[in-house]
Amino acid sequence: MNVTVCVKQIPDPALPGELDPSTNTLKRDGKLILDESDSYGVEMALQLVDAAGGGEVSIISMAPNGEVSGMRTALAMGAAKGVLVSDPELGGSDALTTAKVLAAAAKRLGDADLIIAGTESSDGYTGTVPEQMAEVLGLPSVTFAKSISVEGGTVKVNRQTENGYDEVECSLPVVVSVTAGVVEPRYPSFKGIMAAKSKPVDTVTAADLGVAPVGWSGANQQIVDVAKAPARAAGEIVEDDGEAHLKIVAFLENLKVI
Amino acid sequence: MGINNIWVFAQEANGAPSSNTLELLTKAGALGGSVSAFVVGDASNIAAALGQYGATKVYSTGDLGGQLPGVAGAAAMKAVIDGGDSPDLIMFPQNYEGRDVMSRLSVKLDRTVLTNNVDVAVDGDAVKVTTPVFGGETMVTTTFTGSGPFLAAFRPKSFEAVAGAGGAGEVVSAPVPDLGAAGGAKVTAVHVEESTGPKLDEAAIVVSGGRGLGEKDKFAMVDDLAKILKGAAGASRAIVDAGWVPYSMQVGQTGKVVKPNVYIACGISGATQHMVGMKGSKHIIAINKDQEAPIFGVADLGIVGDVHKVMPKLIEALRGR
Ligand SMILES: Cc1cc2nc3c(=O)[nH]c(=O)nc-3n(C[C@H](O)[C@H](O)[C@H](O)COP(=O)(O)OP(=O)(O)OC[C@H]3O[C@@H](n4cnc5c(N)ncnc54)[C@H](O)[C@@H]3O)c2cc1C
Ligand SMILES: Nc1ncnc2c1ncn2[C@@H]1O[C@H](COP(=O)(O)O)[C@@H](O)[C@H]1O
Repeated sequence: MNVTVCVKQIPDPALPGELDPSTNTLKRDGKLILDESDSYGVEMALQLVDAAGGGEVSIISMAPNGEVSGMRTALAMGAAKGVLVSDPELGGSDALTTAKVLAAAAKRLGDADLIIAGTESSDGYTGTVPEQMAEVLGLPSVTFAKSISVEGGTVKVNRQTENGYDEVECSLPVVVSVTAGVVEPRYPSFKGIMAAKSKPVDTVTAADLGVAPVGWSGANQQIVDVAKAPARAAGEIVEDDGEAHLKIVAFLENLKVI
Repeated sequence: MGINNIWVFAQEANGAPSSNTLELLTKAGALGGSVSAFVVGDASNIAAALGQYGATKVYSTGDLGGQLPGVAGAAAMKAVIDGGDSPDLIMFPQNYEGRDVMSRLSVKLDRTVLTNNVDVAVDGDAVKVTTPVFGGETMVTTTFTGSGPFLAAFRPKSFEAVAGAGGAGEVVSAPVPDLGAAGGAKVTAVHVEESTGPKLDEAAIVVSGGRGLGEKDKFAMVDDLAKILKGAAGASRAIVDAGWVPYSMQVGQTGKVVKPNVYIACGISGATQHMVGMKGSKHIIAINKDQEAPIFGVADLGIVGDVHKVMPKLIEALRGR
């Protein structure tokens, strides 16, 4: 079974985010890392290919500046190869354009049995790209997967819902988006990290894939204002001296909720 | 021209329109023009209530028969639009069904989507939406360019729901057309997790626990405190992912948005993705052993202390009353 996984490469979320004052979009010029949201998809794909007893995991990513460091992490975990779409024209692309680009990248790899994405990216969190990609490809999709298994050409998914979960079945090929925490992503081994350095990453532009327009011109949206939100007034901070719970009791009493 | 015709993606929850739906209908009505509700499913239980909140027309696909709402809902909407009844703006809730329908529809219409919004304004032909970024520190306002229908998703509790004097909306059938290969996924079983006490997103008091509780069993302290205060228990994603509590208890960007009178955060660091779900609470109390924890930045009362010491004493003190 061949599985294609979308992996987004993002600025380290541990660093404070910043908007580029000229475009008002998130700055993405530093080193990028593999989005944690996608590490679950990579792990899930590796486990499914293992269980199927054959095939491979490929990864696709759209990123500025020919960035591959996040992709190398996925390759080090065990993915076999990747397609990177990198193009200065892509800056400012909206979710729909991203989905069109990723769909074209998936096609370039050939027909996968299963395409996996994250439920939402850590920095964009539109949560729309996987379902949009499925529609572009004319494929069925199952979003918000908590677990995935494949048996004889049919995928079975437990799909998270507002107050429980649904069991969903679909024949392959299909796009599935996985929620965070579904599996425990493996740490790349030293051997994996070394091997990843020589795994092939096919780098192409949006034009190579025939996707146009991209970037700002394809986005159909324009930022008109950026403002600081009003800050909350500072509260009272107390160190627990063994009696701090009484502070809470008094606070609740004062609000007349007890 | 102008924004004359607005659709609201409408959902049912326990036999009534969901609170998201009523919030969006109210806001849509305030923007002017006519408002229709689009129900992906059978609308018969809720059409009257939707009318009360301003929907003059209620589109209904009828029962989905195991189809997932995303693919079925988008196809049904596209069919109505192709039939000539096209809206200028469609407002979706930022939740599972809303996101999926909007995503599929955006491709069918080749229109951008603007997500995670908390406000909307109409200015002539332009629709502007406002989105918080960096955990709500900065507000970005974006306008759609090109032509409609404009597609926008709004976080729960962005608007107040106010019933009007409208009569029952006229129900219009909007059947799901043949979906072809894209309709291949089928729901074979539905599992509902039972919950007791007030609903998390409606409770006046919410007590939430995070990784600082240390282990699953300690969540009982959160449950106890919530029960004593007649509130609901919530959680950070860290302990939902760890399997301590079900997803339905998650507060934050990917979980529920809560705006209770009192929010008590126990052993929660206050990551931006958690804060966007609870920052709107009237009063916030935090217990965390790290005085640098970001949660203290929004707390009205912050206790720098160990949850294992403070919470049992607090529960004792409240129980004795
Ligand atoms: C795309 C995306 C979406 C997300 N959506 C959500 C969401 O919807 N909701 C959400 O909550 N998170 C969400 N997150 C995750 C979020 O970034 C944080 O990882 C998560 O909120 C952390 O949970 P926590 O505060 O319980 O754990 P931690 O960050 O590990 O914090 C634990 C805290 O407990 C304190 N502590 C430890 N021991 C004690 C003790 N004995 N007594 C008192 N305090 C103690 C520590 O000082 C620390 O501050 C999302 C992340 C991403 C990338
Ligand atoms: N630029 C990208 N490159 C690769 N995958 C992406 C990209 N953007 C989004 N995705 C995929 O789509 C998922 C949802 O992203 P989003 O819609 O931005 O929340 C992510 O978890 C990824 O799997």
